[in-house]
Amino acid sequence: MMSWLQGLDPTVQDVLSAFGRALLVILPIFMLVPFMIWYERRLLSWMQDRVGPNRTGNITFSRKSKLVPGFLKGKKFKLFGLLQSIADGVKLFTKEDILPGHIDRFLFLIAPSISLFVSLSLAGTLPWGPFPKLTPVADVNIGLLYVMAISSLGAYGSVLAGYASNNKYSLMGGLRASAQLISYELAMGVALGCMVLVTGSLKMTDMVAQQSQPLWGVVPFLYNWNVFTPWGFIATIVFFVCMIAESNRPPFDLPEAENELVAGYHTEYSTKRWGLFMMAEYIAMFTFSMIFFTVFFGGYLLPIRIDNPSFKAIEGYLAPLTMLGKGAFGLSLYIWLRATFPRLRYDQLMNLGWKFLLPLATGNLMIIASFLFAQKAYGNLAGAGVAAVGYILLIAIWLANRSKKSEVEKMESRTATMVSDTDTPTIVVGTRRKPAAPAPAPGGGE
Amino acid sequence: MVGVPLGAYLALAVFMFCTGAAGVIIRRNPIVIFMCIELMLNAVNLTFLSFARYKFAMVDPSVQEGSRQALAAADRAIGGQMMVVFIMAVAAAEVAVGLGIIMAIYRLRDNIDVDELNLLKS
Amino acid sequence: MSITPNLLVFGALAGPAALAAIGVVASKNAVRSALCLVVNFFLLAFLYFTLQAEMLGITQIVVYAGAIMVLFLFVIMLLNLGSLQLFDEKKDIKQPIGIALGVSLAGMLAAVVVPNFMKVDDAKKVLPNYGSPQAVGSFLFTQYTVPFEGVAILLLVGVVGSILLAKRRIS
Repeated sequence: MMSWLQGLDPTVQDVLSAFGRALLVILPIFMLVPFMIWYERRLLSWMQDRVGPNRTGNITFSRKSKLVPGFLKGKKFKLFGLLQSIADGVKLFTKEDILPGHIDRFLFLIAPSISLFVSLSLAGTLPWGPFPKLTPVADVNIGLLYVMAISSLGAYGSVLAGYASNNKYSLMGGLRASAQLISYELAMGVALGCMVLVTGSLKMTDMVAQQSQPLWGVVPFLYNWNVFTPWGFIATIVFFVCMIAESNRPPFDLPEAENELVAGYHTEYSTKRWGLFMMAEYIAMFTFSMIFFTVFFGGYLLPIRIDNPSFKAIEGYLAPLTMLGKGAFGLSLYIWLRATFPRLRYDQLMNLGWKFLLPLATGNLMIIASFLFAQKAYGNLAGAGVAAVGYILLIAIWLANRSKKSEVEKMESRTATMVSDTDTPTIVVGTRRKPAAPAPAPGGGE
Repeated sequence: MVGVPLGAYLALAVFMFCTGAAGVIIRRNPIVIFMCIELMLNAVNLTFLSFARYKFAMVDPSVQEGSRQALAAADRAIGGQMMVVFIMAVAAAEVAVGLGIIMAIYRLRDNIDVDELNLLKS
Repeated sequence: MSITPNLLVFGALAGPAALAAIGVVASKNAVRSALCLVVNFFLLAFLYFTLQAEMLGITQIVVYAGAIMVLFLFVIMLLNLGSLQLFDEKKDIKQPIGIALGVSLAGMLAAVVVPNFMKVDDAKKVLPNYGSPQAVGSFLFTQYTVPFEGVAILLLVGVVGSILLAKRRIS
């Protein structure tokens, strides 16, 4: 097999290996989706003091049947409901496929695939370990920009779905999705830019390598994760919020808010196509959390650091598992937030994105730039001083703005709604009838 | 790419540019007209990049590395890319203002057919 | 000229890009036009990659496909221009004239420009770092600082202008 491979043309070899690495990124995450859904349901139930799906897949063998071998008689096997999402998947893919009328058929059919394409290709430049072949597509010097580029394409799936469904609620969902993604992408880009400035490279592996130093250069048993610096901490918060908004998860799930828009952009979808949206959402969650942990929490590095070649080797072999573990932890954060926070109002969403996260990230970027400049020109102490002055200024500006804003806010929250007060939507159902006679007061009459 | 002549890239750019130009004349929906202008701008971008790559990006063996001539050569090679950066930025500004104008017109007249925007004519 | 694998790759990118360009003009529905344009920009980004302009290729996706086209779609949907009834393109004299003009322009340009460069092949050896983010960035902030700042001011003016245009007057 190997000799046959080596006999091939180098171009063909490259293409084959590219396919292999693409499978490396697609298959594991794809196979994890049912378990992610199960995990979310179970964790959510636990947080809400419910039981959740815990039955599917439990097997109890009969005591009396002759078909059961002796050692299995009366035995019980618990799978904790792990097969629930697989059963759901089978149901989704075998249900009757309903296509509503008056839709834009072509766009309706390709919209879920666009969503899935975007979430699957998001992880193209993510390093799964210290070996170069473990980066799925290529460890290029535009790695982080690639993530930004692909995640900016994520709007198309929901926007086109919303448009093609020919449904007002879907259209509103699509509009909200596009507005939300444009708004939060900016802050996300600036937050990533902060870390690019610190690292001095757009390569993901360089980022991890920079984080593999001892913490602050002094603590030998911890890694120098980006989150442990003040600018890194701010960028972490900004990126985390933007990441949740980008993947349309609660508390930022405005595009599919069920009490306003039925189900948002996928109202008209059912069966497989709805399943594709679901899968895309979960894959995007997992990939985004892996990117988050790669940029700010050291990627495939273990939480503790031992300066020892054999430890390094073990860490290298454990790297894919570490990545999966960190991804699962990120997933838990997503679910935790879903269980904790109520959904934001639309104007709150816009205010948070444009008036808080973007200025914060931009100020942070300026402070890092001046810190790096001062450190390079005048030494460490000057750098620290410049950074401290910068952060004090940032906080001062924020406090000054906060006290000024309180009067303006009331007006803004009224004007920023999508539907103005004057043209109230009228919904006509059937023919107009006279209002029904008022019901008799309870307890009256007889 | 080695094996692809410069003419192939230019042919695509010419095609895109002329499609965009024809679209600007044919269509009446101002947003589509905008898109056609974007198409033309992108054709120009492609031309810049392919000329920069094919004409100025090769290494001249007679020039010493790090010398003044080498820096000048790098400057020439990067010029096309710089133009593309600026074109992209200008296009972004243009789109922001243009879409704002379209929104304003729509709010004013409930109709944005370019053939009926003839207030200045009479 | 012989058919090389690279030429096939180029064809696989350029052919759909050209088709998408036609789709922008020909499709009656504005949303479809926008989608065709997205496809075109996406493929153009890959063509930029083949020209080794990685930074610009990825910028093309971020700026054009990711931001500008989403804005276009947003406005199309906000104004509800996607519906077919609003813009039934009338058959008038402009259409044949436009097509004829486009074809003749393409013919003239192609006849003059393209044959001259059919023989020009790519250099085997390219400057190191050509098109990398480092190269683009360092030139942008050294030699091209003044135009860069000019473009920055232009963008700022554009943002302020569009906010002014889009602002709803509160009575």
